[in-house]
Amino acid sequence: MIQVEGLIKDYGARRALHSISFDANQGEIVGFLGPNGAGKTTTMRILTGYMPPTDGKATVAGYDVVDESLEVRRRVGYLPETVPLYNDMTALEYLKFMADLRRIPQSEDRAYETLEQVNLQDRANSYIGNFSKGMRQRVGLAQALIHRPEVLILDEPTIGLDPAQVVEIRNVIKEIGKDRTVLLSTHILSEAQNMCDRVLIINKGSIVAEDTPENLQSRLVGSQRVVLRVRGDSDGLSETIKKVKGTRNVEAKQDDSVEFEFSSGQDIRPQVAKAIIQAGYELIEMRPIGMSLEEIFLELTSDNNTSEKKTS
Amino acid sequence: MRNIWTIAKREYDHYFISPIAFVVAFIILFSIGIYFVYIVRVTSQQALFGGAPTPDITPITWLFTFLLVFTTPALTMRLISEEARMGTLELMLTAPVRDFELVAGKWLGGMLLILTILAVTAIYPILLNSFVDPGIDLRLTLSAYLGVVLVAASFLALGVGISAVFTNQFAAFFTTFGLFFLIWFMMALPANLVQGSGGDIFRYIDMSAHFLDSLNQGIINLSDLVYYISLIALGLFTGTVAVEMRRWR
Repeated sequence: MIQVEGLIKDYGARRALHSISFDANQGEIVGFLGPNGAGKTTTMRILTGYMPPTDGKATVAGYDVVDESLEVRRRVGYLPETVPLYNDMTALEYLKFMADLRRIPQSEDRAYETLEQVNLQDRANSYIGNFSKGMRQRVGLAQALIHRPEVLILDEPTIGLDPAQVVEIRNVIKEIGKDRTVLLSTHILSEAQNMCDRVLIINKGSIVAEDTPENLQSRLVGSQRVVLRVRGDSDGLSETIKKVKGTRNVEAKQDDSVEFEFSSGQDIRPQVAKAIIQAGYELIEMRPIGMSLEEIFLELTSDNNTSEKKTS
Repeated sequence: MRNIWTIAKREYDHYFISPIAFVVAFIILFSIGIYFVYIVRVTSQQALFGGAPTPDITPITWLFTFLLVFTTPALTMRLISEEARMGTLELMLTAPVRDFELVAGKWLGGMLLILTILAVTAIYPILLNSFVDPGIDLRLTLSAYLGVVLVAASFLALGVGISAVFTNQFAAFFTTFGLFFLIWFMMALPANLVQGSGGDIFRYIDMSAHFLDSLNQGIINLSDLVYYISLIALGLFTGTVAVEMRRWR
């Protein structure tokens, strides 16, 4: 549904996108992850026909974003980073206006239905100017959904929402992502982990990693770290663990817990548990600490790493 | 075409909740009302002594265009600059709407407001017609009204074009007002100073001449119509190019 090949964008002398390529298929939620200024918004603006690329090719729903811009725009729902709302209109008027621009018959009914979808039907006749940030975000999302687009492009869709609303909006997006294509940007990593089928990590205008959230984790994490806790006295616990073959970096923590690592290939947790029990400790917790996407992200986007990548 | 209408309708509705449109309508209608009463007074006093010319509507249409010089910049200043400032331009530029349709829709919205105000002033020719015996010159009245419509359409098109260039609406206002002031009031001076074809150029640019010397005297020239249509096209074209340029930045 979305195909991007060698996309380049220059703002004057500054190159914002260094020839990025990726694609997104139907029924897939793809997350765009990166620090501010990485090129997420620029890419999305090119895909939605807002601005033309300097070079490269992008097709959305089978249409070229430059040559068939209007066809692309008919099939894409777009929520920009600054939610574009007319404060002097009511939510219903605004959505009806957008539905009319998209030539939807019975635009008012559709506007109301879409408001229900984002759970704002009670405020249909309130002026958008009086809405809270979360409500504005939802009206913006409704605007992107109103024509039931094949492709949905959302620039930081959950920003400014309270936790309950975040869950709500995520569910709406997940539901849409089942049969359509969603490209969303975020800098909240748990969100990418939670919602996306695939994550593209973008930094300084280049894609530095692309995979499922799970694979990204396992690819970058060579060893597994475990935290372990016993009831009561934990003296000598680290020594007991160190004796088990395969444990590394055993570390006694302040709160009487002990952390250790082992290679991902050989799971030695049963042996460790057995050793501890035999030594007379009461084991109450043993839990893996996964390297979070957050750490992977920092690793990939830190300056050292990118320069290493270039040389290798 | 339908997009133009959808955008024009929104813009028209917007005017009715904005104070600027009410202020503009008030200034125009109130001034014209006072002026009308004055004209009727003076003409009826002259008639007592005999030999007064038959009154016509042209002083009213003259005043209308005079007021448009000052008021249309206030109506057009925010049309596109405000969208750019609020970020809603991104919405318009990613909706299935051509850049020209956006600009033309904004222009038409302003046009509908001016036509509404103009429709209210239709009461004056009707009143005047009932005051004088054989009735007023209908041809002259229609020609003068056509002139007002064309002047308003030209001003609005230029105003929309300038609004698309600026993100700050006050910058748009002063640029628009400055331009209108120059082409309405100031062109006669260089036209008289400069000899030959140079003067002709200023004379051609002089917008008031294309109204006061022709349409407001019941004379409909093709060259005047071409002049107004060129200005409308220039304004809308400038607006479309300016919107397109925003995409490239």
